[in-house]
Amino acid sequence: MMMAEKISWRFVKVWRRNLVTYQKIWKVNFITPLLEPLLYILAFGLGFSGMVEGVDYAGLQLSYTAFIAPALIATAVMWNAFFETTYASFVRMYYQKTFDGMLATPLTLEEIILAEVVWSATKAFGAAVIMMTVLGLLGFVDFPSGLLILPMAFLGGLAMGSIGMFFTGITPTIDMFNLPIFLFITPMFLFSGTFFPVSNLPAWAQPMALAFPLYHMVELVRCFSLGSSQTHPLVCIGYLLLFAVIFLYLAMRVMRKRLIN
Amino acid sequence: MTAIIEAQNLIKRYDGFTAVDDLSFSVAPGEFFGLLGPNGAGKTTTIRMLYGFSPVTEGRLRVFGLDIDRDRRAIKARIGVCQQDNTLDPDLSVEQNLLIFAGYFGIPATEARHRAGELLDFFALGHKKDAKVMALSGGMARRLILARALINEPDLLILDEPTTGLDPQSRHQVWEKLAALKQRGLTVLMTTHYMEEAAQLCDRLVIVDHGKILVDGAPPDLIARHAGGDVIEIEGPDQALRDHIARNNVAHDDLGRKLIVYTTAESDMNTTIRNNFCTDRCTFRSSTLEDVFLRLTGRELRE
Repeated sequence: MMMAEKISWRFVKVWRRNLVTYQKIWKVNFITPLLEPLLYILAFGLGFSGMVEGVDYAGLQLSYTAFIAPALIATAVMWNAFFETTYASFVRMYYQKTFDGMLATPLTLEEIILAEVVWSATKAFGAAVIMMTVLGLLGFVDFPSGLLILPMAFLGGLAMGSIGMFFTGITPTIDMFNLPIFLFITPMFLFSGTFFPVSNLPAWAQPMALAFPLYHMVELVRCFSLGSSQTHPLVCIGYLLLFAVIFLYLAMRVMRKRLIN
Repeated sequence: MTAIIEAQNLIKRYDGFTAVDDLSFSVAPGEFFGLLGPNGAGKTTTIRMLYGFSPVTEGRLRVFGLDIDRDRRAIKARIGVCQQDNTLDPDLSVEQNLLIFAGYFGIPATEARHRAGELLDFFALGHKKDAKVMALSGGMARRLILARALINEPDLLILDEPTTGLDPQSRHQVWEKLAALKQRGLTVLMTTHYMEEAAQLCDRLVIVDHGKILVDGAPPDLIARHAGGDVIEIEGPDQALRDHIARNNVAHDDLGRKLIVYTTAESDMNTTIRNNFCTDRCTFRSSTLEDVFLRLTGRELRE
C-alpha cells in the first residue's frame, strides 16, 4: 500500500479519543501554561533585567523582558508537543497497549501516528492560547497581529510533535527519552535565540541554531507579537512545514518497523 | 459457500526463525474453530497475521474471500478481535471504551450508544457503565473486551486466549456467553490453553506445534482417534504390567512413576489391568482432549 492510501480522515477519531481523555484532566493541565509565563516574567523581568541593558533585535531596542516574552510562548509549544508524543504516546503505545487495540479496527498505524502528532499540536495550540492571553494582558503582545501566533503554534506543534514521535519509534524504554532531551531539546531550548539573540553566538554555531525548529518558532512569535523579526516569516513557516513533513514520515516508518512485524 | 478464513501454505519468518511453517486451514461460516498448541507453536502469530498486525511472509491468506494484504481495511471492518493482552483504554469509562471504539469503525454515535447498551446488558456490565476500567475485576474486564470486539457486529470473531487468568466462575460465564454467540451463528476463531474450553466450544480444531498442523478434526473424533475412549492411569507400575502392555501392543505413555494406558471401554485390557496390575493406585477415566494434546505435542516444558 502507498502511504497516501494508508491515511484517511478516520484519524480524527483517534484525535477525538485523546480529546475525550484530556477533558478529564484539563483543569490540572490548564495551570501550567497559565502560571509558567508569570514565573518566567517575574524571574527574568525583575531578577535578571537589572543586569541586562536591553536587547537589540531586528532593529528594535527591547527591554530584556520584552525580548524573552515571545520566546516563552514558543518554548511552551515545544514542551507541550514534544512531551505529548514522547512520554504520553509511549505510555499509550507500550504500557496501555492502546495502539494494539486500535490496530484491530479499520484504523491504520499511519492514521494513529498522524492523530497523535495532530493531537500534540492541538495541546501546543491550547498552551499558546493561554500564554498569549496572559502575556497580552501584561502588554507583551501586539494585537491583532498577535492572533497569528495561534496558527503558528499549531504548525510548530506539528514539527515538535513529529520529531517526538520519531524518538518514540526508536526509543527502547521510557527512561531513554533522557537522551534526546539532553542532546537535542535542551540545547535547542537554550540556543534558539530564546534567551539571547542568535547573533551573540560564535559564527560557527549560528547556522546550527538556525537548523533548530524552535529558532523558527521563536522568530514567528516575535514577528507577530513585536512586528519585526530577523528571519522572514515565510522562511520560518516553510522550514517548520518541511521539518514536520519529514519527521512525520520518518516517525511513521520507524513506528511501523517497531509495531508491525 | 466461500470460507470465512482460508489459509494456504502460510509461512511467517522473523529474521531466520520460522514461527509459522506451511500452515493450511479453512474456517467455514458459522463454525467455531479452535487453534490449539503449546506456547510458541505459532498460534498468536497466525492470529496477528489475520488482523494485519503482522505481514505474511509467504503463502496466501484470505478472509471473507478478500486478500489480507490488499483489502486489509475492508476485512478489519468486519472482524472483532479479543486480544490476549488487556488493550482496554484505562483513561476511559466502561461505556466510553465501547463508544470511542465504535468511532474507529465509523459507527454513528446514536447507533453506537444503542449497541453499547445492548452489549453491556448481554455481558452483565450494565451497572458498571460509568465505572473506570481500572476498577473492573479480571472477569469483568475480559467481558468488556469481548463486548468491545462485538461493537461492529463482526462476521468473524477472533479470540486469543479469552479466559486465561480468570477464576472458574468468570470462565464459566464467558463460556456461556460464547456458547450463546455460537448459537446465533457467529463464526469464531479461538486459541486457548484450556482443553476443556476447546472441547466444549469448538466444532472443529487444529493442534499446531512448531508452526505446523499436527491434527485437524472435531474434538470427539480426535479423542477417539488419538486417545482411545478410556484412559487408565497406573501409579507405581511394575515390570509385569510393562511386559503385559508391550506384549499386547497397547497404546500407552510411560512417565516412569506413572503409566498411562489408552484403551476402549469394551477392551479386555480394562478388566485385566483392574484385576491383575493395580498394585498401588489406578485411575479409570474417559479420555479427554488434554490426552490428545499431550500425546501429540509431548510432555516436555516449552519455556
